[in-house]
Amino acid sequence: MPDIFIPDATPELTGRALFPHRHLLSIADLKPWEIRFLLDEAEHWAATNKGQARKHDGRLAGMTQINAFFENSTRTLLSFEIAGKRLGADVVNMAAATSSLKKGETLIDTAMTLNAMAADVIVIRHASSGAVRLIADKVDCPVLNAGDGWHQHPTQALLDALTIRRRKGSFEGLVVAICGDVLHSRVARSNMLCLAALGAQVRAVAPPTLLPPEVEMLGATPYTRMDEGLEGADVVMMLRLQNERMDGAFIPSAREYHALYGLTPERLAIAKPDALVMHPGPMNRGVEITSTVADHPDRSAITEQVAMGVAVRMACLDVLTRSARAVEGWA
Amino acid sequence: MTKIAIINGKLADPAGDALTSGTVLIEGDRIVATGAVDVPTDAQTIDAQGLVVAPGLIDLGVFATDKPAFHFGGITRAALMPDQRAPLDEVGLIREATRAGKPDFWVHPIAAATRGLKGTEMAEMGLMQMAGAKAVGTGRQWIADSGVMLRVLAYASGLGLTLIAHAEDGGLSAKAVATSGETATRLGLPHAPACAEAMAIARDLMLVRQTGAAIHFRLVTTKAGFDLIRAAKAEGLKVSCGISPAYLYLNDQAVTDFRTFARLSPPLRDERDRQACLAAVADGTVDVITSSHDPRGPEDKRLPFADASPGMAGAETLLALSLNLVRDGQLSINRLMTLLSANPAKILGVDAGSFASGSAADLIFIDPDAPWIVDSGKMAAAAGNTPFDRLPVQGRARRIMKGGLFL
Repeated sequence: MPDIFIPDATPELTGRALFPHRHLLSIADLKPWEIRFLLDEAEHWAATNKGQARKHDGRLAGMTQINAFFENSTRTLLSFEIAGKRLGADVVNMAAATSSLKKGETLIDTAMTLNAMAADVIVIRHASSGAVRLIADKVDCPVLNAGDGWHQHPTQALLDALTIRRRKGSFEGLVVAICGDVLHSRVARSNMLCLAALGAQVRAVAPPTLLPPEVEMLGATPYTRMDEGLEGADVVMMLRLQNERMDGAFIPSAREYHALYGLTPERLAIAKPDALVMHPGPMNRGVEITSTVADHPDRSAITEQVAMGVAVRMACLDVLTRSARAVEGWA
Repeated sequence: MTKIAIINGKLADPAGDALTSGTVLIEGDRIVATGAVDVPTDAQTIDAQGLVVAPGLIDLGVFATDKPAFHFGGITRAALMPDQRAPLDEVGLIREATRAGKPDFWVHPIAAATRGLKGTEMAEMGLMQMAGAKAVGTGRQWIADSGVMLRVLAYASGLGLTLIAHAEDGGLSAKAVATSGETATRLGLPHAPACAEAMAIARDLMLVRQTGAAIHFRLVTTKAGFDLIRAAKAEGLKVSCGISPAYLYLNDQAVTDFRTFARLSPPLRDERDRQACLAAVADGTVDVITSSHDPRGPEDKRLPFADASPGMAGAETLLALSLNLVRDGQLSINRLMTLLSANPAKILGVDAGSFASGSAADLIFIDPDAPWIVDSGKMAAAAGNTPFDRLPVQGRARRIMKGGLFL
């Protein structure tokens, strides 16, 4: 793996220097200690979310959070909505189906409209790579990327990292196999960068048709045989295979994919005995993962990922609005 | 008839091998003599004041009739690509296109080889030729059906027209907006391997060998593509190729941060291919340098990368960027004028791009060292979509003569 990441030294930082970014658009923009800072912040929310019945924290009270989702989503939208509400923000959702994009308004015009409504933080998902950055350049408030095309899904990578850290303690020397449709996956791109930056040994395991070229440059070692990719893995992260890729364009069929790349109990046995199973959801049970594995009480961290999602998004919303809220040291 | 003598110019004759001092004598809209000629007493004398005098540039393959940009860039004629809102596939559209720039700018339309540029049925190439088309073309796409391509080449050859082809295999490049490689992977962009170009060239060359037709690959951008063209030229096939300065001075990293001004068709290539492009210009493989001028406003460019239209406004920077090749010692200014003017004229079959007697009096006075800064906000073009924004460059066209008249 090429040595492309900044050495693992954590400078002594306080206040805004801990996270000097206006937006959260890509893991590629973050230093390792900035990632760790967000994980530490999220750890706090993970504890409160679990520990108490009343989870409301009013720090974002009076602030408006717009979730602008130009691509359908259930869980990510819900996760951001819950995160915002737990922090006391006024959360408004704008779904693509009801938006004026259907009436031909351009993305920039939509961005200007959202901006004019004086949102304090905007969460955006869009089907096109780079679309979120395009909007972020045009608005005055922090923007959180909730997924843009095949490019990035930074909060997913952070929640995955948090889940792994809580289960495994640290990332040093940890072997993480990211398996499935890496080519079309923003989750894979964010995770490869994030986990490699944190010190894990990342593998990208995919059929040759679903492996992006020069994936090594993102910090991952490519594997095209599932069994080799799983050997000695501490974490097995499965990716969703989109329906439209299953019918002969990239792989011959769903059942062949399952036979060659599906995570079955037999295949999981190739990984370490305590290997963790993860999936960003929604799962195609019986295609990339069998139910036995997905529902394994000790090995599967899939529901925990969902819980960490809320915590990570609370942390990101909190940190990105600190400057606007004039938190001491963050002004 | 009006006689004009241009004196005190340094003549960049495409047929020569160095700048020479001399006079250009013009009668009406034609050049009648060049070099050491006696100035007739009834001729009006124009002092070029030591500037380089060259044939006006002929831009082989532009997407818009954007006169202010062409005049800024010293371009006096352009071959218009058939990829217009209504593809140039019928006589009326061709006739209209030829009139669009006159009198001070001439458009030579490239007729669509197939109806609607769809690559299935042949368009009326012969009638369009009679209406003023100087070549036929596949547009910015590939004719996937080899049978159609074979017949198009054979038919165009019968008319004496060169086919101007786009060298990208459509199956590979269908939805791609970038070249496969690290940048496309990082940005998560749909991509195609660079070999899509050589594959298209290889097939077309087979069909050229079969038909004896003349083909011009408008933009060749990869080492593998140039290797094929070198071999085909050595074999004696009627093949030529072009490039635009973007592929000489930018590689695929220029699209980092989703810069849509660097979204081109074909897409920018990796550094190794960029070096191969420079080598192909220096060794004579490249016959034409074109601006590929395609002004696109924010409605086409301020979009997510994959949704943005390809193309750049290149007319204004064509001359200055190409002069870098002369300054870097890659070629002489005479050879550069061959690429920018004489060869395009030859491919289109027009009497221009030359100092020979009888050639059109389309001339430019170039100040090759004049410094200026490319500014996408202040361009003469219909839109400022240049990937070279804020780049300091050298070389300006100071005066333009079109058909014996100064603008």
